[in-house]
Amino acid sequence: MKKFIEGSHAVAEAVKLCKPEVISAYPITPQTHIVEKLSQMVADGELKCEFINVESEFSAASVVLGASATGSRAYSATTSQGLLLMAEVLFNLAGMRLPVVITCTNRSVSAPINIWNDQQDVMTVRDSGIIQLFAEDNQEVYDMHLQAYRIGEDQRVSLPVIVNMDGFILTHAYEPVEMISEEEAEKFVPPYKPERKLDPSQPGTFGVVADPNWYTETRFAMQKSLEVSLKVVKEVASEFKQKFGRFQGDVIESYRLEGADTVVVALGSVVGTLKDVVDELREKGKKIGVLKIRCFRPFPEEEIREALKSVANILVFEKAFSLGLGGIVYHEIRSALFYSKSRPNLKAFVVGLGGRDVPKESLRKAIENFSSDLPDLNFVDLKTEQLKEHLYVPVS
Amino acid sequence: MSQLAEQKENLLAPGHNACAGCGLVLAARLVLNAAGPDVIVTNATGCLEVTTTNYPQSAWRVPWIHSLFENSAAVASGVEASLRAQGKLGRVKVIAQGGDGATADIGMMCLSGMWERGHDILYVCYDNEAYMNTGIQRSSLTPFDASTSTSPSGKVSLGNPTLKKDVPAIALAHRLPYVATASVAYPQDLEKKVKKALSITGPKYLQIHSPCPLGWGFKTALTIKAAKAAAQTGLYPLFEYENGQLISVRKIAKPQPVEAYLKDQIRFRHLFKDEVGKEQIAKIQEIANDNIKKFSLTG
Amino acid sequence: MPRNKSYIAEPGSSLANLTGTWRTEKPVFLNQKCTDCKLCIILCPDGVVFSVNKIYQVNLDYCKGCGVCAEECPVKDIQMVREVK
Repeated sequence: MKKFIEGSHAVAEAVKLCKPEVISAYPITPQTHIVEKLSQMVADGELKCEFINVESEFSAASVVLGASATGSRAYSATTSQGLLLMAEVLFNLAGMRLPVVITCTNRSVSAPINIWNDQQDVMTVRDSGIIQLFAEDNQEVYDMHLQAYRIGEDQRVSLPVIVNMDGFILTHAYEPVEMISEEEAEKFVPPYKPERKLDPSQPGTFGVVADPNWYTETRFAMQKSLEVSLKVVKEVASEFKQKFGRFQGDVIESYRLEGADTVVVALGSVVGTLKDVVDELREKGKKIGVLKIRCFRPFPEEEIREALKSVANILVFEKAFSLGLGGIVYHEIRSALFYSKSRPNLKAFVVGLGGRDVPKESLRKAIENFSSDLPDLNFVDLKTEQLKEHLYVPVS
Repeated sequence: MSQLAEQKENLLAPGHNACAGCGLVLAARLVLNAAGPDVIVTNATGCLEVTTTNYPQSAWRVPWIHSLFENSAAVASGVEASLRAQGKLGRVKVIAQGGDGATADIGMMCLSGMWERGHDILYVCYDNEAYMNTGIQRSSLTPFDASTSTSPSGKVSLGNPTLKKDVPAIALAHRLPYVATASVAYPQDLEKKVKKALSITGPKYLQIHSPCPLGWGFKTALTIKAAKAAAQTGLYPLFEYENGQLISVRKIAKPQPVEAYLKDQIRFRHLFKDEVGKEQIAKIQEIANDNIKKFSLTG
Repeated sequence: MPRNKSYIAEPGSSLANLTGTWRTEKPVFLNQKCTDCKLCIILCPDGVVFSVNKIYQVNLDYCKGCGVCAEECPVKDIQMVREVK
């Protein structure tokens, strides 16, 4: 049954299907509609769970940590400043191997303050050990939350998962979404069965001091789990396709890569726009395709290398970058291709920061003007006339 | 007969790395033994946590979790919510613990939130009056004129210039059904307060004066003496509030002058050097007198 | 032994750490004037004082020699004695 539904509400519907026992969140634009919808569901008795309205995102993450450690499936949602405030707890969640799911409605980071979409927020925690998935549209957002609990709670994984959806662009957009029934959801996402939990009948000490003799192996073990989780992401996506007939990629999605000499790479909703541009350019005879990275952490290096192996031109469109270095996804792909026999023309294109619109025209222009002479880091639609507002910028 | 003395097995096992004579670990052992095994404990970073959970060793014989320095109350809120969702709350009690720094400073946000939401959790603050684990630095519960490593006495300093933050008053402002202070000097009183708190539904606050031989500067054997002197001078009043009403205080038959408490601790030694120190002692005496009056500790 | 994922320590495993090696003095329980008040059991910070048939003693594997028991005994029936190794 299809519902014409706001992205945020699709998230709420998906979370409701997963039957978390504890939800805790702090309101922050553009996540608010998710938590408001969930609290209405709780208020109407549609969703039986403990909904804890906390005093900050830091506390929200701490509440889901405590709940998950006590054996409950737990959920939170945040963005931008909230995610940064949670950062300490996020590392704690990963280190304690607690499989909570957090929706991040990707938004720019302060300063200056900006409430619109880009992906800088979640990029800051890419080293935390948390699994990161990126959704292209609201159907995928809905499907991804069910898959997220399956992936995180898998005994081979036991790690938290962040489901990323572009703020406003997806959260506040109305799209038709095919719904899943409660019965089908229960079969796909069975109740959470933790290996260990806080329980007087079997006491244990969680969150210990690991001195130099013990610490390293915790990180090694997490790395191994993250490597295995690439497989789990694929298994779950494949099972989902089998049960529900939908497949939006597993760790990556290759769109029209056959015979492509040019590939555009992106994460999140901009992939949708790129697919339209690519369709138009293919009509004109250009051999171009889209590589969508769906699972960013763990980084699917093998799969990306394989997809890009005979591609001459690669444009990496990014809604974030590492200040002082350059493109984030760009550098990771560059490293992945380090040992390639052929050196492709590979460049980063920063788009859509602070919610700046990413029209098809701008993407098409970037593709058409692509050349090996370009710098490694390019800014699409940079308003050079505004640069005089800033000190210390040499405008040559 | 007090359960404390009959306890066959301590719920906080020996073999931990707390200092000899540590008032904090004594208080924690007393709290746990009074609470019994059907508890889940959350703990902030600090001496208690660090000395008891050096992997693979743990002194805790109850389910116990440490997350971060400032979030013991928030983690406990999550534990409580989970137990409630599982229908186990009531049978299993939740105790959140932290030192004075974790409670009154960095953890104040999470604590206030937990109290405001009315979770059924007993919060225990082990007050050793400084950030002891990191090297005796000043906290908002460091008493007036105490010398710490970040509020040292010196040529132009008399030690910590502020009064203790009144956390019980903050607890009362959150309308907690039970707020009390206790001391390791009076273990049966402490046990009673823990049991009473756990019999009440809702958020509870218990602040326990826990002397630190190393941080305060006294011989390890004198932990109980120090705690007793604090109570006997009126500097650490021991009281109970139920539903906002003061229902009990530990009376002092004959209040000791504050010198009796201050003179045997290195952290106050600088007050005994000269006239300026004498003036300061008089100010500290006023603090004690105010407490005695406010809580009617005598007569 | 369950698979200790994410380093969950077993309860009471601190017993492997024999803190008795710390001390320089140990308490000697004379058991002469003892009134069985049990204060030494209650107030021992580490909880290692115990009695068997009203004979009071301490677990020397863990006793840190702090001296609180001796100091607080109301009838001074416990003496701290320097240990010579």
